[in-house]
Amino acid sequence: MVRFQKVTKIYPRAAGGAAALRDVTFGVAKGEFVFLTGPSGAGKSTILKLLYMDERPSSGEVRVSGFSSRDVKRREIPELRRKLGIIFQDFQLLEDRTAEGNVAFALEVIGTPKSAIPNKVSRALTQVGLASKARAYPGELSGGEQQRVAFARALVNDPFVLIADEPTGNLDERATRGIFQLLREVNAAGTAVLMATHNLELVRSSDYRCIELNHGEIVFDSAEVPAISVEMD
Amino acid sequence: MVSIQTALAAFKRSPLLSALSITTIAFSLFAFGLFGLVALNIRDALQRVEERVEIRAFVADGTPIEQITAASDEIAKYPEVLKVEIVTQDQALARARKELGEFSDVFDGQFLPSSLDVKLKAGFRDPKTVRKVVDRVKGYDFVDDVRYGEEWIAQLYRLRNIAGAAGIALGLAFAAVAIIIIGATIRMAVLARSREISIMRLVGATDGFIRRPFLIEGSIKGVLGGLLALVLTYLAMRVLDQYLHFQTAFFDRRLATLGVVFGALMGLLGSAVSVGRHLRRV
Ligand SMILES: Nc1ncnc2c1ncn2[C@@H]1O[C@H](COP(=O)(O)OP(=O)(O)OP(=O)(O)O)[C@@H](O)[C@H]1O
Ligand SMILES: [Mg+2]
Repeated sequence: MVRFQKVTKIYPRAAGGAAALRDVTFGVAKGEFVFLTGPSGAGKSTILKLLYMDERPSSGEVRVSGFSSRDVKRREIPELRRKLGIIFQDFQLLEDRTAEGNVAFALEVIGTPKSAIPNKVSRALTQVGLASKARAYPGELSGGEQQRVAFARALVNDPFVLIADEPTGNLDERATRGIFQLLREVNAAGTAVLMATHNLELVRSSDYRCIELNHGEIVFDSAEVPAISVEMD
Repeated sequence: MVSIQTALAAFKRSPLLSALSITTIAFSLFAFGLFGLVALNIRDALQRVEERVEIRAFVADGTPIEQITAASDEIAKYPEVLKVEIVTQDQALARARKELGEFSDVFDGQFLPSSLDVKLKAGFRDPKTVRKVVDRVKGYDFVDDVRYGEEWIAQLYRLRNIAGAAGIALGLAFAAVAIIIIGATIRMAVLARSREISIMRLVGATDGFIRRPFLIEGSIKGVLGGLLALVLTYLAMRVLDQYLHFQTAFFDRRLATLGVVFGALMGLLGSAVSVGRHLRRV
């Protein structure tokens, strides 16, 4: 379903031509939950960007649900993104839209019929426990609540993978646990989750698979016992 | 529909910026329009002057009228020739008297040579063609002398060519300026919405969808700028008319529409370039 094969990434403007990722190979199975950990600059965000094809590998191949980095065309990428849900540390909400406006935005811009939008939006907001704040603007919400809005926006198109780049980085412990609980629920419902995080406590508190990166290389993969047991579909 | 709403919302969100960009487009097109108007009027004037381009072949005294008539018929068959008129000695005298009015005494007791007056068809009044016809007319034995104001015609054409070249050069320069300005204003609009755009890309909006409202916005600004320029040009022409008593012609409906369409195209091009550049980079 997701497959990285000998992926090396050197950013064009990287200092000294240093590789952000070097020879990275791993797969994520359908419905799997995977943590990406490692020190700052290890290449976690780079892996996620390659996954939603915001970046292309310098060598090797990234395959996501039938799309290959080798031959995917620029105009095919939106098609892929519609199957993914993506959330960030900084929420990426539009300040001039309400919670439901932000969620609806994701549907409007991909041409979802107008009549179908309100239902999907309220379902997604209910799923993240924010139905009562549907009319609030981001400025009127706490960080944890804002992340829930972003969460609802990521879920509203029923993605098969949820990509989360340090989703709890800006949140306190309680809000962090709330978001993590949501991620578990989403995963339990069948959506694969790829989550980059510095929060080792979260990683230890669950028995999900964990891939640790350092200097662009995989230094530990809890699934790597004894060989790659998860494969692409 | 959504795109149009988004485009209109952009006007509402930043009315000052929108007004500014429309005005700058209008001024670029206005300058363009003024020059166009000058060119149009020079062309009209040239056409009027050109219509009077005439070759006059003076006939030797005592040439039999049959010979002159035969030559006249032959010349009339030249492809360049519109018509040939035979002017007898008496007619020449009468015409000279009339043209000179109170000085007509000068001609008392004088005689003027009879002549063949040749008019050329439109499109054959340039110096080269005129000279060619003159050479052929000179070939008749009985033709003493041919006058056709050679220098005058050449100068007229030089003026027209300069006006044409200057028109094209200035027009292109103004168009480039207008496109750059509209590109810059759209670029500001794009940057103001860059967060929105990055979210759109993230959730899978196509480039075309993202581009559309900006293209519509650019075209609307171009059209409004074009209309404003038309009004400004018209007012400028009225002022010129009033104070300088020019007899100026204004753009006809077709040219005016063309100007507005041109404005829209500039808006479209400018916005397409700047959105395209933004999308390619991110
Ligand atoms: N656009 C870019 N151009 C050049 N170099 C980049 C770019 N993005 C990332 N890098 C470099 O690639 C390396 C990996 O960056 P990445 O963002 O993947 O790290 P990370 O593991 O997500 O770090 P953090 O935990 O701080 O978010 C870093 O050395 C970074 O400086
Ligand atoms: Mg990162």
